[in-house]
Amino acid sequence: MSELYRVSSNPHIRSRVTTNGLMLAVIVALMPATGFGIYNFGPRAFAVILVTILSTVLTEFLFGLCKWKGKVLSHLTVTDLSAVVTGLLLALNLPVSIPLWMAALGGVFAILAVKMLFGGLGQNFMNPALAGRCFLLISFPTAMTAFECDAYTGATPLAALKAGEQVNVLDMVIGRTAGTIGETSVIAILAGACILILLGVIDLRIPGSYIVTFVLFAGIFGGHGFNPSWISAQLSGGGLMLGAFFMATDYVTRPITAKGQYVFGVFLGLMTGIFRIFGPGAEGVSYAIILGNLLVPLIEKYTRPVAFGYRKGGKRREK
Amino acid sequence: MAKFTFVGGIHPYDGKDLSKDKPIRAILPGSEVVYPLSQHIGAPAGPIVAKGDRVLAGQKIGESGGFVSAPIHTAVSGTVKAIEPRRVATGDMVNSIIVENDGLYEETTFTPLENPEKRSREEIIGVIREAGIVGMGGAGFPTHVKLSPKEPDKIDYVIANCAECEPYLTSDYRRMLEEPEKLVGGLKIMLGLFPNAHGILAVEDNKPDCIALLKRLTRDERKITVRALKTKYPQGGERQLIYAVTGRRINSTMLPADVGCVVNNVDTVVAIYRAVTEGRPLMERIVTVTGDAVAEPANFRVRIGTPYREVLEAAGGFRENPEKVICGGPMMGFAMFDLNVPTTKTSTALLGLTRDEVSAMEPGPCINCGRCAEVCPGRVLPSRLADYAEHFDEEAFLANYGMECCECGCCSYVCPARRQLTQQIKSMRKIQLAKRKK
Repeated sequence: MSELYRVSSNPHIRSRVTTNGLMLAVIVALMPATGFGIYNFGPRAFAVILVTILSTVLTEFLFGLCKWKGKVLSHLTVTDLSAVVTGLLLALNLPVSIPLWMAALGGVFAILAVKMLFGGLGQNFMNPALAGRCFLLISFPTAMTAFECDAYTGATPLAALKAGEQVNVLDMVIGRTAGTIGETSVIAILAGACILILLGVIDLRIPGSYIVTFVLFAGIFGGHGFNPSWISAQLSGGGLMLGAFFMATDYVTRPITAKGQYVFGVFLGLMTGIFRIFGPGAEGVSYAIILGNLLVPLIEKYTRPVAFGYRKGGKRREK
Repeated sequence: MAKFTFVGGIHPYDGKDLSKDKPIRAILPGSEVVYPLSQHIGAPAGPIVAKGDRVLAGQKIGESGGFVSAPIHTAVSGTVKAIEPRRVATGDMVNSIIVENDGLYEETTFTPLENPEKRSREEIIGVIREAGIVGMGGAGFPTHVKLSPKEPDKIDYVIANCAECEPYLTSDYRRMLEEPEKLVGGLKIMLGLFPNAHGILAVEDNKPDCIALLKRLTRDERKITVRALKTKYPQGGERQLIYAVTGRRINSTMLPADVGCVVNNVDTVVAIYRAVTEGRPLMERIVTVTGDAVAEPANFRVRIGTPYREVLEAAGGFRENPEKVICGGPMMGFAMFDLNVPTTKTSTALLGLTRDEVSAMEPGPCINCGRCAEVCPGRVLPSRLADYAEHFDEEAFLANYGMECCECGCCSYVCPARRQLTQQIKSMRKIQLAKRKK
C-alpha cells in the first residue's frame, strides 16, 4: 500500500456544461435585446439596467452573507450569475422612465421574496424577474405603464391596436416603438433565442407550443380572423417573444417533463390570449407565465414519464 | 441509421485513439497470481485445492457454488501458497486462492468437444459452465445461466454485444479485428443451442473496419446479420442494445430471454468458442491499459489473476502521476485506491487519468434544467429520484421507477450543477435490493 489513489462513485468524467456557463449563455443571448434597448431608449435605459442588476446581485449577496457559515466562497450563491440574469431580465421588462428606486425595489422583491426566502437558486416557485415586474405593476401602475419616449407616442403598439388604431408591423419587428426596455425588438430577441437554441440551452417545445397556441386562439377569438398583419402585430408586441423564449423557458419554473412542457406552452398561449382579448389591458404575457409557473407541480404530476420497458401490471421476476 | 439506437444517451469524449491501433500483446504474470473466488454474480465458488498443492494451468481450483455461480481455473502452473481473503478492485475483501507461479505454464490436458454441432444442448452448456465463463463485459453474470432459458425455442435473437460504448475501451475492438473468426464461431455455437434464433453482431458505427470485416466473414451465413449501431453511450447497455436491434423493451424485472433475446459480450462469445472447440477454460482476457497518465497505452492478453500493477508496468507505468485510477471505463468503472489487486474475468480495462474531474467540483443546487431526464436511457427523472434518495423517501423513489435506473452514469455526466445523481440513486437502489432479498 505504497500510494493510495482517490476514489469516487461512477461516472468519473463530466460534461463541460455548468450552471455558471448556462447563466452566462443566457446573459450573452440577452445582449442583442439589451443593446437595442439602450440604443432605442438612450443612456437612461443603461442606468435602469445597471441599478436593477446591482440591486438583485446585492440582495442575493447580503442574504447569502447573513446565512453564510464562513466556509467556502462557492457557498455564496451570488457567484453563480443567476442574480445577474434575474436583474437583467427584470430591467428589460421595465419602462425606461421608471424611477430608479422603483427598479431597485423590484430587484429586491424578485430576489428576496420570490427566490431566497424559498430556498435560493432552484427553489423559486415562479420566475423572479416576472414576479418583480408584476409586483411593481400592481404597486406603481402609473410609473410602470408610462411609456414615454422622445421619438414615439406614449401608447405601446398593442394598446394602440386594442384601441382600434393602425400600427406599423415593420417598426414593431425592428423595435422602433414604445414599450419596456427589452421587449420592443423582435429581431434582437430572436437573435438571442437562436444563440440559446444553438447552444442547446433551450429547445422549441415551450416557445413553439406557446406561440402556436396563441396564434390559433387569437385567430379564432380575436375578431380579426387570421389577418396576417394583425396576428404579426400581436406576436411582435407586448413582450410575447421575450416571454416565450426567455421567461417561459426558465428551467426552475417550467415543467421538467417533455410532455409537461407542451402542456405548459399551450396553457401559456391560452392564458395570454384570454388576457389580451377578453381582459381590460392590452398585454398579458407576464401574468400568463407566472400563473403557468404556479401550475407546474400539477402539470408534472400528470405528465410523469413512464420508465423504459415498463409494463402495466408488471412482469416481475423474483430471484 | 436512426433505427438502430435508443432514446437518450450521451456523446462523451471517447479517448479510443490512445489505444485502438495497438495490437493485442500477451503478457505473463510475475511470481504471484491471485484468484478471488467470487468473480461473478451469484454464489461464490468453493476452493477444491489446499495449501501446498501443485496446480497446472487450466486446472479447476474453485468449484461453482450453485446454479448461478461459476468455477475458477488457474492460468499458471505452480503451488497453492495460501487461501485467504484478499482485496479486489472494487475494494472488497474476497476469499482468494493465491498461486505461486513457477513460470513453466505447464498445462493440463484440454479435451475439445468433437463435432459440437452434433452434441446436445445440455452437453454444450455443460462445457460452457465447466469452463467458468461469465459475462466479460463487466457484470459477470454466469453465461450458462443466460444460455438456459425456460423455453429455448422461443429465443429469436442471439446478440453478440460488440458495441463497446464505454469511452477509452478498445479491448473488444482489437478482439474483433484480430480474431473475428472466433467471434463468429462462438456465435454459431450459440445459435446451435436455439433452433429458431437469428444471430446479430451489433457494432457501433465508430468501428467501420470491424463492421466491414464481420460482414465479409458472415457473407454466406444466412442466420447471422451484422448491425451498425449509432455511436452513443450506453449503446452497449443490455436493455438499450436489445431495443436498438429488435425494438423490444425490457425493464429491470425482466431478463433478455423474456423478449426472446440472449445477449453476450465479444470476449464472452470468444471464450465460448475456445471452451467448445479447444476445450480451454476461461483463463485469459483482453485488458486495455489507457488514459492520459499511462506511458504507452496498450491492449494486453492477460492471464486472469495477474495483478493490475504488473499489467500497468507492461504498459510502461505511469507517464505522469495519475489523480485517479479506474478499473473499467470512465462511465461505469470502479475507482481503485490501490493497484495491488488481481485482474478478474470482468476486468475490461485499467484507466489512469491525470485529472480527477469529480473531486475538483462541488455539487450545487438543482436548477431543474432537465438534462438528466433528456439523456436518461431508462426514461426516468434522475434529479427527482436523487432528491427522494437524499430524503430517504422510499415510497416516492419506488413509485417514480427508481428501480429502473441502470446506473449508466449519464445523468451525473450531464448535470450542470454537478450533482452526484447516479451515486445517490445507486445507494438507494442497493438498499431496496437488499430489502427485497429479505
